[in-house]
Parts: sequence; structure tokens; C-alpha cells
Amino acid sequence: MIPVHGLHLRAVLIQALRTFFIDRGYLEVETPIRIPAPAPEAYIEPLTSEGWFLQTSPELCMKRLLAAGIPKLFQICKCFRKGERGDRHLPEFTMLEWYAASRDYRDLMTDCEVLLRYLAAAMGKGEKAGVLEWQGRRIDLGPEWERITVAEAFHRYAPCTVEEALAEDRFDELLVEYVEPHLGTATPTFLCDYPATLGALARLSPTDPTVAERFELYVAGLELANGFSELVDPIEQRARFLAEQKAIRLQGRDCGPLPEVFLDALETMPPATGIALGVDRLVMLFAGADNIDQVVAFTPEGL
Amino acid sequence: MYSASDFRKGLKVQIDGEPYVMTDFSFSKPGKGQALYRARLRNMITGNSFEKTFRSNDKLEKAALEERTMQYLYCQGDEYIFMDNVSFEQLEISKEQLGDAINFLTDNMDVEVLQYNGRPIGVTLPNFVNLKVTQSDPWVKGDTSGSDSKPVTLETGYVVQVPPFIEEGDKLQIDTRTGVYVTRVKE
Repeated sequence: MIPVHGLHLRAVLIQALRTFFIDRGYLEVETPIRIPAPAPEAYIEPLTSEGWFLQTSPELCMKRLLAAGIPKLFQICKCFRKGERGDRHLPEFTMLEWYAASRDYRDLMTDCEVLLRYLAAAMGKGEKAGVLEWQGRRIDLGPEWERITVAEAFHRYAPCTVEEALAEDRFDELLVEYVEPHLGTATPTFLCDYPATLGALARLSPTDPTVAERFELYVAGLELANGFSELVDPIEQRARFLAEQKAIRLQGRDCGPLPEVFLDALETMPPATGIALGVDRLVMLFAGADNIDQVVAFTPEGL
Repeated sequence: MYSASDFRKGLKVQIDGEPYVMTDFSFSKPGKGQALYRARLRNMITGNSFEKTFRSNDKLEKAALEERTMQYLYCQGDEYIFMDNVSFEQLEISKEQLGDAINFLTDNMDVEVLQYNGRPIGVTLPNFVNLKVTQSDPWVKGDTSGSDSKPVTLETGYVVQVPPFIEEGDKLQIDTRTGVYVTRVKE
């Protein structure tokens, strides 16, 4: 069944996203979807295409544009991740990414607040009370949104500390089962300061090098976006990539070549922030949909 | 063997020599984290269920089940009666063992009866069945609520979401694996 209502909403929302960024001086860019060397990440598997790869995110190309002197840019594009299929996942999905020089992840959290309020008004939702309703929950977009560190969230909701979860290789399992259901219930939540090992392309906190300046935005338990202060040190970035490649090989997967051209470009990249937001999930939120199938024209199974 | 990426609702597997059916399945993957495959598995003999979270590298064995084609005749209380189309032998399967299949069974339908060590434990339905709509609220023209679907009741008592143009008496094709509406069919 083609979800006509969801498609109408999707079109309006994408138009509003474009207007928002263009009005604020961001350059809309398009970068190649098919690339020779993706960023190696332990748990994100790219699809291959004639010996190259379909992008899992436009991150590396967009950072090369930052390094080339474009200070503010955004892109809405298709990304591909092998084997990801569920109520909130499609192996081919739509991503919004935006990058800005000379800012850090705190500024980015403010961007998210302004963007969602703008969209709610543009979509005719929540413009009066500033309240978004999704799956029987009411989320207040108005006041300052909750910001909670990963360590604090585990302390509050999980049966063990974040260090114990990492040591037992149960971080993701416990996050999904105990922590995520509590996030974004009253206001949206920024889950921030991830353990240093869980942010392959993020800068470590200058005040606490055990955590990365990375956050995930949750609304009503739905994970919407992942943002961070960008790592701009090419030596550190190479070491992180090699560690990720090692983790990939341990899973018996082929990790592809290192993105050398990107590592070269990092030499001239200014301090910056970047964020990836799942557009399909954003549409789900505004359409009241509990399944990603309700906001796309066709699913892989329906082709 | 099934790997985690093959997991889906309705999959029949074997654990410690006993057959299980996956009655619920969900995929989740936080941020840049590991893929998690959460499954609810029901023992097809005892009916006991348990939940387990699997990871990408986990595998489950295929269940060693035999199948024979039988015709559904009628139900008596909670027992459903099936007949072998060749030998005319009849057997009973309980409502509990049939699970969601009771939503799609109509008289004289051919199904595959599953047997484990000679005991009937469930049925496999055709992937698609045609069922008549017995109750449907009329669609209000000019409805601007923006909803794409409405619920209707089928001849088996099953309630399904369909597009607004479906009316009482229509025959609908239903996917028995997912329980969702596929299309309206002509008689």
C-alpha cells in the first residue's frame, strides 16, 4: 500500500528543510554517492559497486569541501547501509547532513532546537503550544531541551555503569533496552559525551579526554540525529581509522582502502561541527508514523 | 543454518533438538553501534516462549519438520479439523498451536500441516489468501483527516487496515506472513 499521506508530508518537510538552511547562508551541495574509500566504521557496512562503495554517509566529501573553504554547507542525499532493515531502518535511506566551521557541538545542539521548532511551525504542528504529538506522547519543543551525558544516563537507567557495559561488550544492548525508552519523553533529549572509543570521527573533550564531543538527538525514544565536534587532527584520525579497520577485520569483513585523500584534506580543515539527521525518521515524527515503511514510496520488499 | 540477517516473524528453527517458531522479531541498531536482533521464540510443542537478543554473527539451526498437504474442514471449540487429501485421514490441531493462522483459515483451504516426530504442531498457509470483507464503515467523501487507511473486518473475524475505497463484500488479498492487505481482487 503506497502511503500517499506520508509522501505529501515528506515533500513539504524536505522543502522546509531546504528553505531553513538556504535562509541561514548554508550552501546546498551534491557529492558522489559512489566512492572508492568510505570511512571505516566497525558496525557500519557499506554496499559495494564495481569495486567501489555506496556511501554510508556523505561525511568525508563534505569535510573536504569544508577544508576547501566553504564555511557552511548542507546536503540531502541517499545513503546505503548493508543489512539494516527494521521498523526504523531501511538499507537505502535519506540523510540530511550539515557542517559549519568555527563552531562546536554545543552550537550544533542549539541548531537542532531551532530547526525542529522551525519545522513544527512550517508543518502547522505545535506552532501554538510548541508541542509535538507522536504515538500518544506529547513532546514539548519549547523550553531548553534535556542534555544528559551517556555516563549519567547509564547511572540513571541502566543496571550497570557505562564502563562495565563497555567492558562486557554490552553497551549497545543496554542502551537500547534500558536507556533509549527514557530519552526524549518530555522534551527532546541530547544524549551527549560518548565514550572516547565510540566516536571514530569526533574530537575528544578538551576537559575530559575519556569522552568524545558527540551527541545523539532523541525524540520520544526515536533516534533522530548524530552530531559532533569534528576531529581535525590527521594523525589522530589515521590512528582511529586503523583501529576501526582492525575491528572490521575481526568480524571477518573486508575493510577496503583508507580514505587517503580525505586524510590529506584534514590538514587544512578548520575546526568545525557536523551532523547527520535521518530524514525518513523526521518524517515519521511529523506524520505520526511508527514504521519507516509509512513514509517512503517503496520499500525494498515492495519493488 | 539461518544467520541473524535471515531472522523474521514465522521462521521455524531448532534449539536443543526442539522446534521453535519466531513469533516476534525486531531489528535495532543504535547510532553507530552494533546491530541487535531481538526475537521471541515459541516452543512449538510445549507452547512456552522466551525472548533473546541475537547479534550479527549468531546463527540458528533450521527445524527438522515434515509437511503434508491437508484440507481445513471445520472447527469444534478450540480444535481445528484437517483432512489428508489422499488418504482422507483426519486430525485435530489446537487453536493455540495454529497461532495467527486462524485469522486466515477458510473452509476447504489447502494448507501444509507441519509435523514433528509424527505429531501435528502447526500449519503453513499459502503466502496469499483471498478473504471477503464482512464489515466496513462507509468512507466519508471529503474526509480531510488525511488518513490513508481504515479498519475492516474479514470473514474470519480478522481486522485489517485497508485503503478508504474498500467496501463491504469486497474480496481482498492478504499476505498471511505479515497479515497486511495487498490488493482488492475481482471475483
